[in-house]
Amino acid sequence: MSKSIDQIFVYAKHWLLTWLTAAPGWIIQIVSSLINIFALLGVFLTLFALMSVLERKILGRIQNRYGPNRVGPFGLLQPLADGIKMLIKEDIVPARADKLVHFLAPILIAAAAILALGVIPYGRNMTPFTIDGGILFFFAVGSTTELAVFMAGWGSNNKFSMLGAMRAIAQMISYELPLIITVLPVVMVVGSLTPDRIVAAQAGYTFGFVPRWFVFTPWGATAFILFFVSGLVESNRTPFDVPEGESEIVAGHMTEYSGFKYATFFMAEYIGMFAITGLAATLFLGGWHSPVSALEFIPSYVWFFAKLSALLFVYIWLRGTLPRTRIDQIMNFAWKFILPMSFTCVIAAAVWHYAGRGLRGWLWSLVVIAIVYTALSMLLDTQRKFAPRVYRFAE
Amino acid sequence: MTPTLQLFLIISAALFSIGLLAALSRRHAIFILIGIEMMLAAANLNFIAFWRFSPQSQPPTGVMIAIFSIAIAAAEAAVGLALVIAVYRHYRTTNVDHLNQLKG
Amino acid sequence: MSSAAVVIIAILTLAAALAAATLQKLMHATLSFAVALVGVAALFFLLGAEFVGLVLVFVYIGAVAVLIVFTILLTRRDVGKDRAANWGGAFLAVAVFGGLTWAILKTQSVAVVAPHIRLVTVKRIGEALMTSYVWPLQCVGLLLTAALIGALVLVMEEKP
Repeated sequence: MSKSIDQIFVYAKHWLLTWLTAAPGWIIQIVSSLINIFALLGVFLTLFALMSVLERKILGRIQNRYGPNRVGPFGLLQPLADGIKMLIKEDIVPARADKLVHFLAPILIAAAAILALGVIPYGRNMTPFTIDGGILFFFAVGSTTELAVFMAGWGSNNKFSMLGAMRAIAQMISYELPLIITVLPVVMVVGSLTPDRIVAAQAGYTFGFVPRWFVFTPWGATAFILFFVSGLVESNRTPFDVPEGESEIVAGHMTEYSGFKYATFFMAEYIGMFAITGLAATLFLGGWHSPVSALEFIPSYVWFFAKLSALLFVYIWLRGTLPRTRIDQIMNFAWKFILPMSFTCVIAAAVWHYAGRGLRGWLWSLVVIAIVYTALSMLLDTQRKFAPRVYRFAE
Repeated sequence: MTPTLQLFLIISAALFSIGLLAALSRRHAIFILIGIEMMLAAANLNFIAFWRFSPQSQPPTGVMIAIFSIAIAAAEAAVGLALVIAVYRHYRTTNVDHLNQLKG
Repeated sequence: MSSAAVVIIAILTLAAALAAATLQKLMHATLSFAVALVGVAALFFLLGAEFVGLVLVFVYIGAVAVLIVFTILLTRRDVGKDRAANWGGAFLAVAVFGGLTWAILKTQSVAVVAPHIRLVTVKRIGEALMTSYVWPLQCVGLLLTAALIGALVLVMEEKP
């Protein structure tokens, strides 16, 4: 019974495909891909709508107000109203803009974000697009975002757009490095770039109750935190939203976009966020595995989306509590702290592997990480860095 | 109908010629770099095509050489663009026709 | 792998490459260059070298294209326009293409269809990199480090 509920979507797809048994092979292939694509788009566009209203409601609660509560029950139909508003707004293209580049940028950024969703395993046998180098595909597609952001900034021909695009590229390139290097220990330990294999490697429980997720090893926990922070920067979220800092440069690379193009940028940002949190759940939080063996009857996709929602909640929480950082602080943090720590994760994972993947390896890798962390914090002299700022110009 | 090796070689030759066109006829240093990158991509396409159409080899030599050549192309692009920036700082131009002085 | 797919992708790739070589605006040319490289990566996918295709997209779109647009931004005074193809370059390019095509069509040994081979997996590439190609790998690592340092030294502010 629980197995059939677990596999209900897979069975549904097979049932849909039985209508086509007479058709030639390539038609079946195309229809199968189309089913995957529509399922993916349906789920994640709904999640985007839900997230946009829930984020505003949670932020409202954090800031001691109600948030949207007028449209529909509890304000849940707010995204519909927003969508209609965006659709009927005038689409403005600046006269001096590079029209073609200005037009293509939102399309490219949305396409890149949606493509990246394709390789994540959402449940048992539920990977939309299985490919040998799935993780590499994710990052190859994700790196297109930088070009799209730049196209938006350049095409608008506006100084705020240009400034925003430059800031965005600077911070995205700086944080893409740790993002990839923190994935390396997982890839190294599993010995595969396929997300399905990485999830399968995290099955089972140590001592019968601790799930064998990578986040429960010292290197995994460190890599997870670093990955999460880098993902936060990659998706341009507060506290790292300098590229679109409203109080400094209007809206960064999105300044000259209006109506539905602006909505597309907004959607791409959220979908990129889903992709990066989904990858974090896959790599470190055991993907669709349940945390307790007694709860394994709950379908795998429910666990995956529970983990995704928990991570997304942390995103909203951070946005509600932390102020925006300065661009130089972000860059210093990336090159002086995050990058050395991510290399340490790779070394700690190797130590863990060669010390037998048991308790001894656990302790040794903890020692490696602790030594590097202490040395780095002594070297960087954080006390001085975060001392009260001296204002020279704005008094 | 399955394609033969000839088709891929002709595609690669065309890409190489277009890269040559860009490298020879443009005067902007960045364009010349783009042309060189296109020629390198054409060479990679040749490596992969020859690997795919020849009997199986272990290790997959064509694939390995393509990977190394991509890495070298990336290094070349980084140094080339750094040179462009350095030259621009000095002469305030990136037009290679105007860079005709030995004395800086 | 069917000829139709190869020909369609090849036409798109070559059109984008031609646009990159002849368009007047630098930014448009760079973006066409990126499209052409995606086309080359698609050809790699059709040839069964998925890993190389992904690496190509990753390195060229994620790094080289972004570097080029960054350089365009930093050398902005010259951004204007460049003259399009001149006749000498075009003639030479056509001559090279003609010569290569003639040679390819004359050679009978390249008119073969692809044999059935086991597709190359990431695991096999990794094993080859760590065994028989470990020296080239180290050399590429050294080269990349040298390139990194060299690029940094080149663009460092000159002391007056």
